[in-house]
Amino acid sequence: MPEPEAPPADGVAVEIDGREIIARKGELLIDAAERHGTYIPRFCYHERMRPVGMCRMCIVEVDTGRGPALQPSCMLECTPGMKVSTDSEVTKKAQDGVLEFLLINHPLDCPVCDKGGECPLQDQTVAYGPGESRMVEEKRHKEKPIPISDLVLLDRERCILCDRCTRFAKEVAGDPLIHFIHRGNNTEVNTFPDEPFASYFSGNTVQICPVGALTASPFRFKARPWDLETTESTCTQCSVGCRISIDSSRDQVQRFAGVDIDPVNWGWLCDKGRFSHEAVTSDARLGEPLVRQGDDLVPTRWADALERAASALRAATPQSVGVIGGARLTNEGAYAWAKLAKGVLGTDNVDAQLGDGLPAQVVLGLPRATIDQVCAPGGTVLYLGPDPKEELPVLFLRLRHAALDDGVTVVEVSPRSSGLTSLAAASLHPRPGEAGELVAALVATTEADRDVAGVAAADINAARSLIARSSGPLSVVLGRPSLAESADGLVDAAGAIVAARPDARFLPALRRANVHGALDMGLAPGLLPGRVALDDGRDWFSGTWPSLPAEPGLDTEGILRAAADGRIDVLVLLGADPLADFPDADLAERGLAGARTVIALDTLLNASSRRADIVLAAAGFAEQAGTTTNLEGRVSTLSQRVTPPGTARPDWMLAAELAVRLGADLGFGDAAEVLAEIGRVAPSHLGLDLAALEGAPDGVLLPLGTPEPTTSADADTQAGGEADAAAVRADAADDVDTTQAEDAAATVAEGEATAEARDAADEGAPAGGDDVVPPPDPGPQAPALVSFTAGVASPTPPLDAYAFRLIATRKLYDQGTIVQASGHLAGLAPGTTARIHPADADRLGLVAGDRVVVRSPRTSLTLPVHPDGGVPRGAVALVLNQADVRVGDLVAVDAPVTELRIETAS
Amino acid sequence: MAITDAPKIITSRFGYDDSHTITRYVSTGGYQALRKALEMSPAEVGEQVKSASLLGRGGAGFPAGVKWTLAPADVWPRYLVVNGDESEPGTYKDRILMERDPHQLIEGVLLACYAIGAGQAFLYVRGEMALAQERIAEALSEAYKAGYVGRNILGSDYSIDVVLTWGAGAYIVGEETALIESLEGNRGMPRLKPPFFPAAKGLYMQPTIVNNVETLSNLPWIVNNGGEAFAALGAEGSKGTRMFAVSGHVRNPGVFEVEYGVTTFRDLIYAPVYAGGIRDGNQLKAFIPGGGSAPWFFEEHLDLPLEKATVDKAGSMLGSGAIVVMDDTTDAVKACLRLVRFYARESCGKCTPCREGTTWLERILQRVLDGHGRPSDLELLMDVSDNISPGLTWPPKQTTICPLGPSATAPIASALGRFRDEFEARITMAEEARTSVPVELKAPSHA
Repeated sequence: MPEPEAPPADGVAVEIDGREIIARKGELLIDAAERHGTYIPRFCYHERMRPVGMCRMCIVEVDTGRGPALQPSCMLECTPGMKVSTDSEVTKKAQDGVLEFLLINHPLDCPVCDKGGECPLQDQTVAYGPGESRMVEEKRHKEKPIPISDLVLLDRERCILCDRCTRFAKEVAGDPLIHFIHRGNNTEVNTFPDEPFASYFSGNTVQICPVGALTASPFRFKARPWDLETTESTCTQCSVGCRISIDSSRDQVQRFAGVDIDPVNWGWLCDKGRFSHEAVTSDARLGEPLVRQGDDLVPTRWADALERAASALRAATPQSVGVIGGARLTNEGAYAWAKLAKGVLGTDNVDAQLGDGLPAQVVLGLPRATIDQVCAPGGTVLYLGPDPKEELPVLFLRLRHAALDDGVTVVEVSPRSSGLTSLAAASLHPRPGEAGELVAALVATTEADRDVAGVAAADINAARSLIARSSGPLSVVLGRPSLAESADGLVDAAGAIVAARPDARFLPALRRANVHGALDMGLAPGLLPGRVALDDGRDWFSGTWPSLPAEPGLDTEGILRAAADGRIDVLVLLGADPLADFPDADLAERGLAGARTVIALDTLLNASSRRADIVLAAAGFAEQAGTTTNLEGRVSTLSQRVTPPGTARPDWMLAAELAVRLGADLGFGDAAEVLAEIGRVAPSHLGLDLAALEGAPDGVLLPLGTPEPTTSADADTQAGGEADAAAVRADAADDVDTTQAEDAAATVAEGEATAEARDAADEGAPAGGDDVVPPPDPGPQAPALVSFTAGVASPTPPLDAYAFRLIATRKLYDQGTIVQASGHLAGLAPGTTARIHPADADRLGLVAGDRVVVRSPRTSLTLPVHPDGGVPRGAVALVLNQADVRVGDLVAVDAPVTELRIETAS
Repeated sequence: MAITDAPKIITSRFGYDDSHTITRYVSTGGYQALRKALEMSPAEVGEQVKSASLLGRGGAGFPAGVKWTLAPADVWPRYLVVNGDESEPGTYKDRILMERDPHQLIEGVLLACYAIGAGQAFLYVRGEMALAQERIAEALSEAYKAGYVGRNILGSDYSIDVVLTWGAGAYIVGEETALIESLEGNRGMPRLKPPFFPAAKGLYMQPTIVNNVETLSNLPWIVNNGGEAFAALGAEGSKGTRMFAVSGHVRNPGVFEVEYGVTTFRDLIYAPVYAGGIRDGNQLKAFIPGGGSAPWFFEEHLDLPLEKATVDKAGSMLGSGAIVVMDDTTDAVKACLRLVRFYARESCGKCTPCREGTTWLERILQRVLDGHGRPSDLELLMDVSDNISPGLTWPPKQTTICPLGPSATAPIASALGRFRDEFEARITMAEEARTSVPVELKAPSHA
């Protein structure tokens, strides 16, 4: 893509076809030429992988002073004075020759090939290729497509052996399960015998295959590329926020593909994200509202369903309404529901998290890092989150690249080994529940003189010196590695880090879709939209919102407890499934049973919404426009590609409809108006609007600029707002052009500017810097954003020498609603066994496959045992949300750790 | 000039049955050069080799002393890799050297490592050479025991380990970058030079000197007798002695050490002390002067000296020192196909032109041989060859990473250039002489 830019100071002058261009230092010829408008054909080169110079399509005549010679432009760095001919007779004959060689054995099955119509080989051939083949011999034949995994098929006849898929598997994904075998003309890509290409990232190979050799089983023969309509959007299968394209045909979503943006996904997707398109078109999608009639949920009219919901809400007091969930929603949906719940109903019993994350004030209050900052070359990362390969797969790819290629030192603190462990310079596994104590020792000013949390002092000190020697800012990834221990330990850890390393920046690793956007929009107790505390934001929001909750409310645990005690009249589930996702299944069960009326908004029925009294069918992904926010605080667009099933409606619209029935007006008529209101009133989002997002293909990072005072909520976008939006656009444009380091620096500077402005706002001084347009009307100052304050460290749970502690983690594929509604993913959920350290297994006389009873104070489960060296001694690792095993039954959410006994089953 | 009485430099022990043992080696002056070198500075050892003007014996003929200086200064560790993956068609000198005098090679390795400051040496022996592997392994074990290899060699503060590796049977691994890939445990496929010149970014991306077995076997003699003595032998630009493997239609095929640059092809092929002339009193049709990759020579080239520059100028190469003689009973089309088939089978599959082109050439040749050729096939053969090696020039240009692809075009250019009539005869041959169904046009066997 050509980009206008000033020649860099250390540029390299190169002559391409008689025209002088300035290449960047160290830039490959193929890239420099393309950037300046000369496209050199290629098949094997991929800008996100190391060049191999294999297909030879990009060879051009290059003269470096010793006469012209044919060189692959994908492996040649530009050097001063280099003269390149991309169109000389010699170059053309060589390239034509390569194309002919690629075609002689390539089958002519383009009419039935998925790639036909978007195939680089086909395009090249149409543009430059020979009209007929000079080869009269029979083409090479191989068995037509062979499955190399559950999701990918390989047609070796079509393969041109470009090494893209195999390089991706080895270099990018770290799953070298496909490789070249045989030699010469018999060379082919294949798996090792009986070892499928079982990679979480296998779908990327289909996307980067330059021919139709690799096809995805969910898409095979579904549509022809020229019939597809495409829109860019953002994946919401986890909180990484990969940029994707949505392809549809006949108003049906057909596939997702990765879009390459620098700050996030580099074009890659995980298979869960890529193939979740099947859930969009699932037959199980809700297309109409349902209401309870005895034991059944029966379809009804919207007027009826909404009126039932409204009357239940009308009858309830503010304190007796609880709203759980919201991570499935767009920012607009989340804002609308926050406004309905807090501004109309007056309840603060609102929580987008299901007891599986971190307190919202901690997430929003810690200084935030971007993925690029975490992965900045030479940096140091303290990883305190869940297994990124299982929960945030593309973040894992970025971390893997950072650790292997960019010299990033990773120190991992996790209850058991993870996908990251082999990449980490140090990997410590504290006893469940004691991570806070261990992290405190890691950032302490003095060396540890004793073992902490079951980790040897020597190991702590080795990791401690890795952290201490980091020259740049320390990046911390903070999440919930195990749901069988309370979040307190991680909050303590954050406190210790902030105290010891004021330069530390945090990437919150909450995994669920738009959970960060939902928290930003105030779907958390004690918060209002725009990262402000309820009490701080009262004045600011009083003009826009009809009312505000009297006092801070309950989180999900509190709501469920209140419901179990009969104190909740209406429980609203915003795409939430507490029965499956709340760590304590018993409390979820009692809470759901105790709520008098349960209203669920969802795209598919789940265990919890099956128990609801009213189910409002919501429009889902690809069916509504809006925005989403990833774990960095990056707002990016979601696009509507298809119409929702039946009469399903966007979540914001359902909030607005209910508000009308409750006698209020939320004040917006479409998603764009919701976004406009967010940009006017949410203090961390001031100035955000559609224009700003459209000008920023990489999304817009929060918090934005300086708080912009506004006087009235229903005012049109003011001049100041527009100026601010323009500033956002300019920032975004800068993002594209600057290098990563500059980008990071700019973001830091921006963060500092925000902090200054915040201080200024605290003092009541007029906000503003040189680049800020003064507000037209002096009005009330935007409230300060929440900031993190460390509390008193929670006590270490006493050690019970006879007990094991439970580690409850997640896998990419589970019994989750979307995975189970995606036909090709549903069967990939691996199930769970009780994983214990081999020494513990020996001690108990157990071998793999023996059935054991795992007993907690709550209940017991019987399941096979599996010795696993990745699990520390004294712990049992189980996987949540897998078929037939309800790990949540074991967990009591009020206990800091879950202690277990293992009994051998008879 | 003809047969000289130059000393046998590397085959001096070939007369003994126990030439491969450490006892014989030491009793015939073995490991003296090592002792001597340890008294010298590494630079002085390098200087001796440089002054010997020892050309690499693997095929490219690059001066060994110069190659040693190519590693960037102050980048450590650096490695020596010994290329014992001798597999060029017709070549079998390194195998004999490893079987008959393994200690001489080991001493050469130690000298080279000392001179270049290598921290470790890797000796890579072709997979099929069972006896050579056995002898090398035994010799290395003896040398370790005797203190010639390992820690504090001969009481000095110089230490070096030699690691043995066996190949898995791929021709391409004789190419140095493919050999390095194989050493690293990967599939043997060449790396592109630049940027991956072994001297700069070789084994494990460290500076690496890759030397041929015969090259290193010369070092003990050079250090013992001085570089000047070595350079006093041979012709300008081709010093010392060199081993040539003669095979094909000769009375007495074998490996002969001759004075480099002085002896002629005629001497080597016809002299009774060497190959002894063409078998059965037949006439010479053609000969390959430097292994299967080299363009063919004919009668008129017999009096050229075995000298690098002269042979290069005449349009071929001495390559790996393998001379393959074809008498007048040879079918040029068959011989050509045989060679092309070798390269097609041994293509590593990396570069498109080589992977696809060599097999295509083989299939066209097979069809012509079977009598199903078309007149246009001869131009097609040349044009496909041209797309692998543009211009079919000498030395060859290439659209590929390594010279394997162009190697397959050399026999075609030679045979078709000289014996076009034989190809044409195949194309116009009588119907009944043809195979009934062209092998390549049979229905595919798959379902």
